[in-house]
Amino acid sequence: MNKLPIIIRREYLAKVRNKSFIIMTFLSPILLVGMVVLIAYLTKINDNQKHIIGVFNESDYFPNDFKITKSTSYVMFNEISLQEAKDSTLQMGYYGLLHIPKGDGLEKVAQQSHFYTKETPSSSVLGQLENIFQARLRERRLQEMGVSSQEFGQLDKKFEINTETFDGVQNLKGINEIKAIIGGGFGYLIMMFIIIYGGFVMRSVIEEKTSRIIEVIISSVKPFQLMMGKIIGTSLAGITQFAIWIVSASLLLFVSFAVFDIDPSTLNNGVEASHMAGEMGYAVPTANQTVQAYAQELFKIPWAMLICSFVVYFTLGYLIYSSIYAAIGAAVDNETDTQQFIFPIILPLMLAIYVGFFSVFSNPHGPIAVGFSLFPLTSPIVMLMRLPGGIGEGGVPVWELVTSILLLIVTFLGIVWFAAKIYRVGILMYGKKPTYKELLKWIKY
Amino acid sequence: MDNILVTKEVTKRFGEHIALNKVSLEIPKNSIYGLLGPNGAGKTTLIRIINQITFPDKGEVFFDGEPLKPRHISLIGYLPEERGLYKGMKVGEQALYLAQLKGMHKAEAKQRLKYWFDRLDIGDWWNKKVQELSKGMAQKIQFIVTVLHEPKLLIFDEPFSGFDPINANIIKDEILQLKENGTSIIFSTHRMESVEELCEYIALIHQSEKILDGKLSDIKKAYKNNIFKVGLQANNVNELLGVISDKFNIIGPMIDPLENQLDFKIQIPEDESGEFLAYLAQQANIHQFTEIIPSANEIFIRTIHNKDANE
Repeated sequence: MNKLPIIIRREYLAKVRNKSFIIMTFLSPILLVGMVVLIAYLTKINDNQKHIIGVFNESDYFPNDFKITKSTSYVMFNEISLQEAKDSTLQMGYYGLLHIPKGDGLEKVAQQSHFYTKETPSSSVLGQLENIFQARLRERRLQEMGVSSQEFGQLDKKFEINTETFDGVQNLKGINEIKAIIGGGFGYLIMMFIIIYGGFVMRSVIEEKTSRIIEVIISSVKPFQLMMGKIIGTSLAGITQFAIWIVSASLLLFVSFAVFDIDPSTLNNGVEASHMAGEMGYAVPTANQTVQAYAQELFKIPWAMLICSFVVYFTLGYLIYSSIYAAIGAAVDNETDTQQFIFPIILPLMLAIYVGFFSVFSNPHGPIAVGFSLFPLTSPIVMLMRLPGGIGEGGVPVWELVTSILLLIVTFLGIVWFAAKIYRVGILMYGKKPTYKELLKWIKY
Repeated sequence: MDNILVTKEVTKRFGEHIALNKVSLEIPKNSIYGLLGPNGAGKTTLIRIINQITFPDKGEVFFDGEPLKPRHISLIGYLPEERGLYKGMKVGEQALYLAQLKGMHKAEAKQRLKYWFDRLDIGDWWNKKVQELSKGMAQKIQFIVTVLHEPKLLIFDEPFSGFDPINANIIKDEILQLKENGTSIIFSTHRMESVEELCEYIALIHQSEKILDGKLSDIKKAYKNNIFKVGLQANNVNELLGVISDKFNIIGPMIDPLENQLDFKIQIPEDESGEFLAYLAQQANIHQFTEIIPSANEIFIRTIHNKDANE
């Protein structure tokens, strides 16, 4: 009778029934969603805050430029001294006082205008005021040059260079970054999973050692079976937890956004910026088309292939790392001794993430990106960041993908063999804090 | 086949250290076999080899006449010296798990567990967590798990450590009962005195080598010096002592003149003890006449002495 399923079942149930595991499973989405909702809610409150600004306009150049907007309203002062205007602004508790002095020439007036506030003014308020001046100044200069504002609109049209691959597919700016972020998301998921559940595997091995049940068990099953059963059982528990997290977090987010009446897009500043640009009369004629083009490009990402490779890289990467974790757990007697061994494991993971974000984003097919997506300890993360760009022409060359997976498989076999050796010897060693040298010796036992 | 287990020149090294050096043993069926030796002698390594936890560098192990194979694992029950249970797991569930790992089916395991739990009076522990049990209680569970799958060969490594005297006796009786039922038992310990009443066969392991093995009674016979302990009362003990000591080697005579009592140890050549006893019976009122048989401990110490002296 095959004993592996029995071991997997126990390890799974032991993990899933664990109180802190249950609490984490159900508390994390609540905490996460709570935080997002709180941030969104606070942003909303912040946006709703209205600034009232006193305007003491002595010139004739800005007749009715100060229109009330969503976040700002203006109070006009007339026929008082500047000092009086300042005092009343302060008394009324307005945000600040804009003083535009009398004078000849728009430019001179603008030069001499001042904005008085109690504290350093916020950049958004300042920006609004500056825009008002800027618009007038530009209008005046255009008039001086004899250019109508319509003509200027055509002049000012922003130019974007058209990019295209050799086989005629249009490239979109920034699409590489978006793709890398999607791939990076997968890579990040792998890293988190390895660190969290690899740690669980390690602690579970240490528990078996300290409770002294280990010898009872390995007199019935092979140490390798126990190790693999533990790794698989723990990862199944992890997948369960992740699934619960994703489902419950998205449900909660959806519900709470509905309840608190938050538009998720307000969380994205970029969207607002383009709205503003539109309002200001700049040309964003192709905004809709661009979004469509990006959407198309995103649909073009080979999702099926991406998910398949995610599964492959995830499985192999997780097995490699968690068997190292198991070996560490076997080599030590308690968790405090694990530090010296854990750091070298985390290192390639962190490296993969950082190299991924810095190098793959800017140049998905550069030598560094290629190197790290072949190196087995970083390839699960880095290769996944490159893959949304597709396979074959314009994407990751097939040979690179195949080599990367082959290298990963070879490493997997090597590391698991190595880890199993250390595991087999380590679980029966008590009271010793091993050095790396000793670990190497164990392989020969 | 008369032997349940045979090892032939089993050798095991850990790096520079030799844990076992050409150890050959024959463990007869349906007997209790004592594996004796001080801590660190190599007993546990040998047991781990029998359990296929580690493997010998050289030498062979035969189980019931066949070379040792993975499928023999389910025919062996092993109670390790370093033993424990999952602390957070319920007793019944845990026992079922360990039984299944030995290859038993769930229903069968459950039935037998019920039987053993009742037999050892722990029926109401089924749903308790191990961390709620005392050390002695947990040991009972471990004992049950070891014998549950009715193995042909049972290996107990220091089985009585952690038991109070009452429970130790219960477990000892269970071990004897298992032997009655036909199980062969290996009993590893460094406490020599505990083996005398249980073991029929012993092997002494010292510094990775077997230095002595065989039937305990034969070993004792071989190691006895024909010394008898004698206690008697006579009218004239001094005179009697004088007569005897002319003929035999007398050790540590003690005279109590008030009671006319004489105690001494005496070495009598083989086959002359009957004659001597008959002579004494005429002279005195004998209340003790016993041959001194060396204890396993004495044998062990003497063997090591002889060995060291020879080297």
